[in-house]
Amino acid sequence: MYLSLEGVEKSFRNNMNSEIKVLDDISFHIEKGQFVSIVGPSGCGKSTLLYLISGLEKASKGKIEVDGEAVNKPGPDRVVVFQEDGLFPWATVLDNVTYGLLLKKMPKKEAEQKALEMLKLVHLSNYVDAYPHQLSGGMKHRVSIARALVMDPDILLMDEPFAALDEQTRMTLHHELLEIWRRTKVTVLFVTHNIREAVLLSQKIIVMGTRPGNIKTTFPVKTTQDGITPDGVTLDLEQKILAALEEEMEKVLKEELGDDYSFKTGSVHRDTSGDMGSGI
Amino acid sequence: MLETLVTGIIGGQITEAMFRSIGRLLFGFIIASTLGLFLGYLIWRFKLIDDTLGFLVVALQSIPSIVWLPLAIVWFGLGEAAILFVVTIGATWTMTMNTTSGFKNVPPLYQRVAKTFGSSGFHLLRTVIIPASVPQIISGMRLAWAFSWRALMAGELLGAGGGLGHLLETGRSLGQMDLVISVMIIIAIIGTIIDNVVFSKLDRSVQKKWGLSS
Repeated sequence: MYLSLEGVEKSFRNNMNSEIKVLDDISFHIEKGQFVSIVGPSGCGKSTLLYLISGLEKASKGKIEVDGEAVNKPGPDRVVVFQEDGLFPWATVLDNVTYGLLLKKMPKKEAEQKALEMLKLVHLSNYVDAYPHQLSGGMKHRVSIARALVMDPDILLMDEPFAALDEQTRMTLHHELLEIWRRTKVTVLFVTHNIREAVLLSQKIIVMGTRPGNIKTTFPVKTTQDGITPDGVTLDLEQKILAALEEEMEKVLKEELGDDYSFKTGSVHRDTSGDMGSGI
Repeated sequence: MLETLVTGIIGGQITEAMFRSIGRLLFGFIIASTLGLFLGYLIWRFKLIDDTLGFLVVALQSIPSIVWLPLAIVWFGLGEAAILFVVTIGATWTMTMNTTSGFKNVPPLYQRVAKTFGSSGFHLLRTVIIPASVPQIISGMRLAWAFSWRALMAGELLGAGGGLGHLLETGRSLGQMDLVISVMIIIAIIGTIIDNVVFSKLDRSVQKKWGLSS
């Protein structure tokens, strides 16, 4: 067990001063080197869960351990890739990537060397001295992934990193991410609302329920030796995950639209990308 | 009049006054900027200071700086120190307000990113908060410069100790209108050069670097 969560709970105080529980009794384990996705309807607290693991926020209850050590503050061993690229606009691509390394007191030469290698891995060697605004959306995301990976993190936490990208860019980046993951053997925890994305990328999928956020089920993803999932398996799994989620989505819709709303099974619009209403 | 302007510059009367004024201005401006940055940091960092000093700064900013002169004369006597005080106080509050709003408007995302890499405290301030508020800080400095320039002229007109303002006053009392107008021209030229050349350039280079304009 590499990353382990034990009965984790998180509540916020709203402005009416009453407690709102967003996460309830979350427990799961991830092995070293695994690629795990978390899917769930919007507002189920999957991002909050990621922030708890990163240490940016504190759990109200429960234990979060990485490699046997309790998490209590952010650290370079658990780097987060956010939905927006979050690159510093005042720094060049190279300076953005070396930021974390220099913070670790690595000599500048060595840091730059390492950053250049990582930028090569994400195919951005020609843009080392560019400023973020000169890059396209996909390139910015590649920089932000490079910036995280260059730290040699134990766990890479990704918070819907590709949600704001167009389909083609997203597909390329999926491919590159898998390639990098195979090469570096980094443990990845990937939060998404895109079922297909989760199925394509991960070895294990955690499906979250909502109000309060909890773990509904877990699906292992069977892959062949070289990590490719056959189409039949993919489709079947997508159906299963969708079925598990429908119930949760009904709950959300009822709450938002009123009790008289009745949600018919199978009425979810299933487009090819398997998006669960990312644009709502 | 042109003659006065030229001989004044060559002869040293205007030049000397000019350097004197600019020296004072720079001194006051640097103190005001530093003080403004520091106060802005305190207001951003501590809620209590924001609630107290933050409010006071808004009130103080609405006082024209020359209003401080009588007080300054009582405290420091009629001379260099009084004028410097007026120049400094005229610019400090704008600088403080701009710094505060710059710091407060740093996107939380940048701070989160830096924190996950293990940045905190002074390092976070130096590498994220300050660079991210550079555009606001520059516009604060630009305003601070304009305010202190005005305060300086008013201070020199009323006070003593040389400088362009004082030269204006001399011109008036001697009935030398050519001198008065020459000094006005010099004042306009310096103001334009600093604002349009130094600050505009600084502003544009930042805008370009950040991709805010083409």
